[in-house]
Amino acid sequence: MTIRPGSAIVNAAGSVVAVLVALLLGAVVIMVSGHDPWDAYRSLAEGALGSRRGRAESLVYAAPLILGGLAFAIAARAGMFNIGIEGQLVIGGFVAALVGATDWNLPTAVHLPLAVLAAAIAGGIWGFIPGAMKAATGAHEVITTIMLNYLAFRLITYSIQKREDWLPVDPAVQGTERVLDTARLPVILDLTRLHAGVVIALVAAVVIWFVLFHTTFGYKVRTVGLSHGAARYGGIRWGLTIAISMTLAGAIAGLAGAGESLGLHGRHSATPPGLGFTAIAVGLVGRNHPIGVIFSGLLFGILSAGAPTMQANAGVSKEIVLVLQGLVILAVAAFEAMNRLPAFRKVALPPPPSRGNPGRDLSEPGELISRRTPPVG
Amino acid sequence: MTDLQSTTSQTPDAVVMRNVVKRFPGVVANDGVNFTVRAGEIHALLGENGAGKSTLMNLLFGLYNPDEGEILINGDPVHFHNTRQAVDAGLGMVHQHFMLIPTFTVAENVILGNEGPDAVLDREAASKRVGELASEFGLNLDPHATVGDLPVGAQQRVEILRALYQGSRILILDEPTALLTPQEIDDLHAILRRLKDDGGTIIFITHKLREVANFSDRVTVIRRGKTIGARITSETTSPELAELMVGRSVLLRVDRPVATPGEVILEGSSLVCTGNRRAETLNVASIELRRGEILGVCGIEGNGQSELIEILAGLRAPDSGTLTIKGKNVIGENATGFRRAGVSYIPEDRHGRGLVLDFPLWENTLLGNTERNGFTRGGWIRSGWIRKLTTSLMSKFDVRAPSANTSARSLSGGNQQKLIIARELQRHPDIVLAIQPTRGLDVGAIEFVHRGLVETRDQDKAVLLLSFDLDEVMDLSDRIVVLSEGRIVGEFAGSNADRAQLGLLMGGRATATTQATG
Repeated sequence: MTIRPGSAIVNAAGSVVAVLVALLLGAVVIMVSGHDPWDAYRSLAEGALGSRRGRAESLVYAAPLILGGLAFAIAARAGMFNIGIEGQLVIGGFVAALVGATDWNLPTAVHLPLAVLAAAIAGGIWGFIPGAMKAATGAHEVITTIMLNYLAFRLITYSIQKREDWLPVDPAVQGTERVLDTARLPVILDLTRLHAGVVIALVAAVVIWFVLFHTTFGYKVRTVGLSHGAARYGGIRWGLTIAISMTLAGAIAGLAGAGESLGLHGRHSATPPGLGFTAIAVGLVGRNHPIGVIFSGLLFGILSAGAPTMQANAGVSKEIVLVLQGLVILAVAAFEAMNRLPAFRKVALPPPPSRGNPGRDLSEPGELISRRTPPVG
Repeated sequence: MTDLQSTTSQTPDAVVMRNVVKRFPGVVANDGVNFTVRAGEIHALLGENGAGKSTLMNLLFGLYNPDEGEILINGDPVHFHNTRQAVDAGLGMVHQHFMLIPTFTVAENVILGNEGPDAVLDREAASKRVGELASEFGLNLDPHATVGDLPVGAQQRVEILRALYQGSRILILDEPTALLTPQEIDDLHAILRRLKDDGGTIIFITHKLREVANFSDRVTVIRRGKTIGARITSETTSPELAELMVGRSVLLRVDRPVATPGEVILEGSSLVCTGNRRAETLNVASIELRRGEILGVCGIEGNGQSELIEILAGLRAPDSGTLTIKGKNVIGENATGFRRAGVSYIPEDRHGRGLVLDFPLWENTLLGNTERNGFTRGGWIRSGWIRKLTTSLMSKFDVRAPSANTSARSLSGGNQQKLIIARELQRHPDIVLAIQPTRGLDVGAIEFVHRGLVETRDQDKAVLLLSFDLDEVMDLSDRIVVLSEGRIVGEFAGSNADRAQLGLLMGGRATATTQATG
């Protein structure tokens, strides 16, 4: 098998190298701030992985990030940049908490799935709107998803303040009432906060992987994302495909919110958690591959879970973890740029085909040399 | 090899490249190439795609550094580290894809990089100088025109003018006719002659034998990174050059038996639609395709071709008119519906339409086939079966790639095209729309594609061939229609077609008298 740029193995290797580079740069930052980077990283790893509780916490942090990363990845595979994960996530978490906090005398077997389903539907609607708007009018999803984020935040705040009798909300805590036990995601590891949300995340990743790479629908999604022209040529309905993809992405983000309110917190509070933005980074580092997203979600979860121990033991401010996350994103983006940027390839290879002359082939140096590989001059 | 030696005359050779080697990871692009161009000649560098022509010229122009070998310009050894040094040595290069800024004027593009030392740019003086230079060489350019508004032929003249403005005496042109209409090619030919008469030296890269014969004084053939031979153009023949280029004898013109057209299978009338560009309107009174014939459509790019094809392929609905396939109305169907009705479409845009470059070959075989049995079952992709099919298509259609899992991007243009053709013919269509099927392909691949089209016709299928290469249309078509400004302005029997008359109709310069058919 030839190792070619863009293949899964190269992408995975690129992300691993990017993470190592980011840790190295982070070490420099820690050193500049007057601490011992080795000490800092060791206590970070110890905090996140050194104990049963630490490992559980890592997974607690990872669960919503994996789901959010999947929500980014699905949209990205369809050629959309989903910045609306945060909004899809909170609206899902809010609706899940509302359903979960309402007492209908339902057994767990009905109440919990109902609350989870409600979250998926709410998030799905929040994804469908920008997808359908783009399909119908071409409205750019970056604009519409950002606006829908604010709409979600304000809608939740409004609902809490409005205090309708039928809404189980509590303005005193700026959130919903507590989710009833019949709708709580069970803790799956005794004496920790680890709830079943991580199982949902892992199952979702495998399902999405299967859908993307083994079904006709997934094939259409990826075709639409890579080539509008080829999709049209192949009789694939572009608008329908992106609308469904965004709905699916929103539903998955909604599940992330359900995990937070039904599993971790037991209620939904109005303060936006910011998870939806970290999830974008998780998707990018995972190269928009569902399996890659699992690993990058775990990485980000470990960073978050280990940060308090690092602060306590090494005296390094836990905010340094945010710097590390930023560095990881930068490093991944830099690797991607080296693969993609025409300026980088132009140094050594003929220019890529332009719009004006699309049919011509320019790979003069040989049939199997991809244009993405910059030969060493 | 005698004609590779330097002549005994006073002037040294304009360009001498000796034993030049250039390696890229995994491939030796130039493997000891010898290349000599005499001062004041027009020299063709002939070879298939991937033979190493562009690499060699990029070495000469300082875009790459050779790993081994030496380069002499006008007798002096040179080691260019960048193109600026090459330009200073009197070289100029017109790339296949123009390096122009569309929003700048002709004059601004020409002086780009040579604006002069003054902080304030004197546009008027610059325009004047550029205008004078243009008329001196008969380049027919308005220095104030915006480059993006110019036709391709004129944009190419801007590139040539820029090289001349920089003082180039040795001009390298990379596939200069690839985008030109027949008339523009004639104009280019005249310009090159003029530059030669003025003492300039011209090297042009090509894989088209006709251009070698029409344009050049001498020709060097390279194959797989090695010099195969150099010839004086007037002392060689096209079959000999083709054999040197490909390494085996090639049929330059596919033999085809006389067509036996059958029933009308596709019939369109009064097809009207508003076009993509320049607000052109397609208005085709009637078009029909018969089983067992190749209908050639010729015309200059942008005269309604893409609109017509998109209507016939189901990618675009006409504003009005009727279109039937096998007697059934197909207006309102999308591409999937047209495929079901028996239409296969080999698109002009391999990269943007015919393939998803980042998909492996087998996933490209699936494109357009997602609704067909075998490829998918109940929404699941049958990847094993498709891989097997792709592998067998690859051997049947001579698609050279390591495996069905190879990405389409890494294939050469010829192999990409063969994969598309394989996919489209595998469908057993009744109608094949072949749009520019050999664009950018080398001689060997062209022969393969042409033979495939004729075979398809002989299986009693209807073939529509649209090409901007008039020779291709004339060689293959049983019937030819000319499209100009969105209308069909003439129809000829393939055997009666006259090149000059077609050219005039294409340019809209002849009256639209209908020609006798049959």
